[in-house]
Amino acid sequence: MSITTTEEETWELRLYVAGQTTKSITALANLKKYCEEHLKGRYQIEVIDLLKHPQLAEGDQILAIPTLVRKVPEPIRKIIGDLSNEERVLVGLDIRPRS
Amino acid sequence: MSTAAPAVVTPLPRLPKAPTGIDGLDEITEGGLPLGRPTLVCGSAGCGKTLMAMEFLVRGVQDFGDPGVFMAFEETADELAANVASLGFDLPALQAAGKLRLDHVHVDRSEIEETGEYDLEGLFIRLGHAIDSIGAKRVVLDTIEALFSGFPNQGVLRSEIRRLFRWLKDRGVTTVITAERGEGSLTRQGLEEYVSDCVILLDNRVIDQITTRRLRIVKYRGTTHGTNEYPYLITEDGFSVLPVTSLKLEHTVSDNIVSSGVPGLDAMFGRKGFFEGSSILLTGTAGTAKTTLAVSFAAEMCRQGKRCLYFAFEESPPQLVRNMQSVGLDLREYLASGLLRIEASRPTLNGLEQHLVTIHRIIADDRPDAVVIDPISNLISVGSISEVRSMLTRLIDFLKVNGITALMTSLISGRNAQQEMTEEGVSSLVDTWITVRDLEGIGERNRGLSILKSRGMAHSNQVREFLVTNEGIRLLDVVLGPTGIVTGAGRRAQQLRDELEALTQQQEHERQDRELERRRRVLEGTIANLRTEFESVEDELRRIDLETQARQRLGE
Repeated sequence: MSITTTEEETWELRLYVAGQTTKSITALANLKKYCEEHLKGRYQIEVIDLLKHPQLAEGDQILAIPTLVRKVPEPIRKIIGDLSNEERVLVGLDIRPRS
Repeated sequence: MSTAAPAVVTPLPRLPKAPTGIDGLDEITEGGLPLGRPTLVCGSAGCGKTLMAMEFLVRGVQDFGDPGVFMAFEETADELAANVASLGFDLPALQAAGKLRLDHVHVDRSEIEETGEYDLEGLFIRLGHAIDSIGAKRVVLDTIEALFSGFPNQGVLRSEIRRLFRWLKDRGVTTVITAERGEGSLTRQGLEEYVSDCVILLDNRVIDQITTRRLRIVKYRGTTHGTNEYPYLITEDGFSVLPVTSLKLEHTVSDNIVSSGVPGLDAMFGRKGFFEGSSILLTGTAGTAKTTLAVSFAAEMCRQGKRCLYFAFEESPPQLVRNMQSVGLDLREYLASGLLRIEASRPTLNGLEQHLVTIHRIIADDRPDAVVIDPISNLISVGSISEVRSMLTRLIDFLKVNGITALMTSLISGRNAQQEMTEEGVSSLVDTWITVRDLEGIGERNRGLSILKSRGMAHSNQVREFLVTNEGIRLLDVVLGPTGIVTGAGRRAQQLRDELEALTQQQEHERQDRELERRRRVLEGTIANLRTEFESVEDELRRIDLETQARQRLGE
């Protein structure tokens, strides 16, 4: 996936959490920070609390919490954990090419 | 349990169990799986772990009204439904009725990137939602190991699985978790068996090219359970476990007598036949008319309007019918009327357990009064002696409990020194044991029959010669020679000798009679002579007397 084709699209990101746990809060904070740095103005973050909407876990095959799902651009990518490792998040989202 | 004490003694609570409804499993587990606790089912590929778990759920819904959740990590819902449809499980219908929920969890390592701390709360929420949505009482996780391939962090995973087991217990759902068998341990991760309350091991082994499946309960916290390895089968009706010794010796007995179909043989028994519901073993060397005797019995049952089931492991039904016509046993009529049913198959067609289950099922369907198995010795070809023995033990027990008279034939090797030890060692299991053998004399073979034992009635101790005639089997009268019972040509010779002797005796007798008559006539002649002599002497004396009297008168 080259960066040039994705630059025009708006990135749709979904973060699955289960209540306001430390891991969830850390993950959301980290995600916002990376997006502001690398995708400013062309991203959407949707936070889904599975405690409130447990039926949504099935759709995206969510097992681990927190899980970040990149819906657009395709293909779907999943990143689990509190997103504390910036390098791996950027590689995982294909913002930075794999070395 | 005692109520004798004045104070109310409440019995200690027993571990509550959830019956599985799986044939035989509840018997071994003494009631089922631990209620509200996790049970691990482990085994290598192709053991039927998924099937067992699915049957646990489906039976739960159908038989006990417990809704269930099946969380599949490997197969999709459609695949599962298709796989168990052959067993008559209609998963889509159960799902539509809100009794069953299939949830396919897709785990793909390539899609997942890991950064930092996480837990499996998503799985818990998902499972919790599935349980709540139908009020499930039973849960299956198949196969939880798939998680290990999906998530790289083993430490997190192990602690999360521990938490999952705890969580399932807290939810109070009876759970079956399946796991692949590991090298040297029950599971690959060596974790699940320690956190489960009950562990069932399924084993699939091939001995002499025949697969046998075995089930063993490795652990069951808080209760006793059967500890042996039990054979199990996957049949058209689902999972079936066969406890070897599930039966206590407490079957009811009948005092009725059934005929053996051979009048002479009946006469050898004190009660003129076999007890109804008893088991009869017929052993003999090759060509000693075992089958003919067995068919005679079967035909006799049918003649009395009883149902008989004949398992033929050597001959096909048409061959059997044709051969038996030559000895005056016409089976076609009984086959047509449905009284007789012949089930023919090669012993090597199936493993032993499969045979046993087939026999069980046919008997359950047919409800016969008598069963003939001809011969049991052929089963040796598909199992070891101890396996065959255990199978026959179960079969004989099963038949006895159901009050079915069973006649089994067994071939014994003529060279075997211990002729009276059947290879299968089933002699102690049977009530009546008849042996037929060759009585080999000079230039001929004859068939002899004797009763080795007959529980509960007197029986003849003689070896009886019998003939296979156009009208069936006929026992011959016992002929005693100078050295014991004689048979065949010896019998004929002895009979001729006897006849000759009788003739000689008769002639001698007649001669003696004639001699006596002659003597009597001589005697009578002599008596007549003597009488004549006496009469002349008397005359003479009388004359002399008259002369003397005359002389006296002259002298006066």
